[in-house]
Amino acid sequence: MRETEVLVIGGGPAGLSAAVEAASHGCDVTLVDSDLALGGQLVKQTHKFFGSEAEYAGTRGIKIAKILFEELEAAKDRVTVLSNTTANGFYPDDGVVALVKDEEEYIRLRPKKTIVATGAMERLLPFPNNDAPGVYGAGAIQTLMNVYGVFPGERVLMIGAGNIGLIVSYQLMQAGVEIAGIVEFMPKVGGYWVHAAKVRRLGVPIYLRHTITDAIVEKGVVAGAHIQRVDEKGRPTEEIRKIDCDTICMAVGLIPTAEILWQAGCKMTYVPELCGHVPQRNAFMQTTNPNFWVAGDASGIEEASAAMVEGRISGISIARALGRIQGEAFQERYLELWQRLSNLRAGEVGAKIRSGLEKCSNCGCDWGEEA
Amino acid sequence: MTEKELLFNSGVLTERCPGAELPPRELWEKKKNGLVVIECPQRIPCNPCASSCPTGAIRPFKDINDTPAIDYEKCIGCAKCVAQCPGLACFVVDLTYGEADEALVKLPFEMLPVPVEGTSVDCLNRVGEAVAKGKVLHVTEPLRDKTRVVHVVVPRDRVMDIRAVRVVK
Repeated sequence: MRETEVLVIGGGPAGLSAAVEAASHGCDVTLVDSDLALGGQLVKQTHKFFGSEAEYAGTRGIKIAKILFEELEAAKDRVTVLSNTTANGFYPDDGVVALVKDEEEYIRLRPKKTIVATGAMERLLPFPNNDAPGVYGAGAIQTLMNVYGVFPGERVLMIGAGNIGLIVSYQLMQAGVEIAGIVEFMPKVGGYWVHAAKVRRLGVPIYLRHTITDAIVEKGVVAGAHIQRVDEKGRPTEEIRKIDCDTICMAVGLIPTAEILWQAGCKMTYVPELCGHVPQRNAFMQTTNPNFWVAGDASGIEEASAAMVEGRISGISIARALGRIQGEAFQERYLELWQRLSNLRAGEVGAKIRSGLEKCSNCGCDWGEEA
Repeated sequence: MTEKELLFNSGVLTERCPGAELPPRELWEKKKNGLVVIECPQRIPCNPCASSCPTGAIRPFKDINDTPAIDYEKCIGCAKCVAQCPGLACFVVDLTYGEADEALVKLPFEMLPVPVEGTSVDCLNRVGEAVAKGKVLHVTEPLRDKTRVVHVVVPRDRVMDIRAVRVVK
């Protein structure tokens, strides 16, 4: 049996931020990640981030990962990193988290406090032939292309014009892949307008109010797709178009990865705005299980910039719970972090997030008060 | 919903609006080095254009969700924002450059191959149609972060349309 003060599950933007924040206040941290290397989605994000300077705006995701790795390196006396390690389950009876490292070593770890920063899973669409070789999720395309340098296809049809669909289309073009088009059910792109403008001016059509009906399969692999226009009420019309492509990429949303939180008995709520079941949390990102905190997409689907600030908030709050920081020192840093998070969520595009958070936050919007 | 609204909703600027305004013509005609033209009509949490502007021409944001507002008197056409903007939404248009029928556009570029100075490139409008040939004057990398700023000489009557270039194979 191993012990640790703070266990952080997930080494993406939220988990890395949580680990370095907690360690910076003197906590001993174990950071586990199921992937071979830390960084989560950051290492696939070759585009520059939005937000403010404090959130690394104008810096590419892959560079932000490097900055966080450097912070982690500086805190290495306090942080144990276990990569290629999956947190398979939490056992409430003895408070043990079961870890499997390198697909062979079984580790029982008992943390005092746990931060769940497990991120999200991709949604997929049901349509005929969606199991054919050549149909991918956007995460897989990014992993192939940006992590392993594998060319995913010659001509891609993107399904979904949210930020992921728009950005991955742009990344594919940078890699020399042609984009046959981007299909979006809604009458407007869901991602930032400027991301759409970026691909439009390079000649990519965006088919608003369209949906994919099926993948065309020849010789066992994707050889095209049919897309269909829908009317104002989302009902299919007679207008069907054939698209030539050898790859179909789905970027139709994410679902919070919350299994460990369920196992820990955290009170979970289905919040459509946050894209799935998410834990009730207080202003410290602490769940209803007092030993479990949450940060990033596991607490509701949002941007990586918000995930990093949430990680920091959970990290400093755990340090406070462990008696490592208190009083004004805590208050000052904590309020600064909340201010940054509130700014990110303040505008129109944050309205959905704000509305979702009202359904799962068990304190008012004046977050600073409780500190 | 009209066709024009749908076009805008797909990421194509269809008319000038807050966050996507043009400089005053009189100042623009005589300003050496050009003036910034930003096409960022949606309120999103992002402010590097303003925080990186060396002269304060892009006015500091009150709220990070503000769309950019510009004091054109202060703009020196340095194109720092062109390199900095994560949305590739900043351009510099220099109407004083070259002959009477020419103008210079400084635009962001993140594709391969990188245009070569002195060569001819296809100039693309907001839906990717090649509307003119342009001559590459300079290619810079102001932030040394792989976002290039391409200075391209274009026909003056196309300067309001050209927002990208493509290397001719």
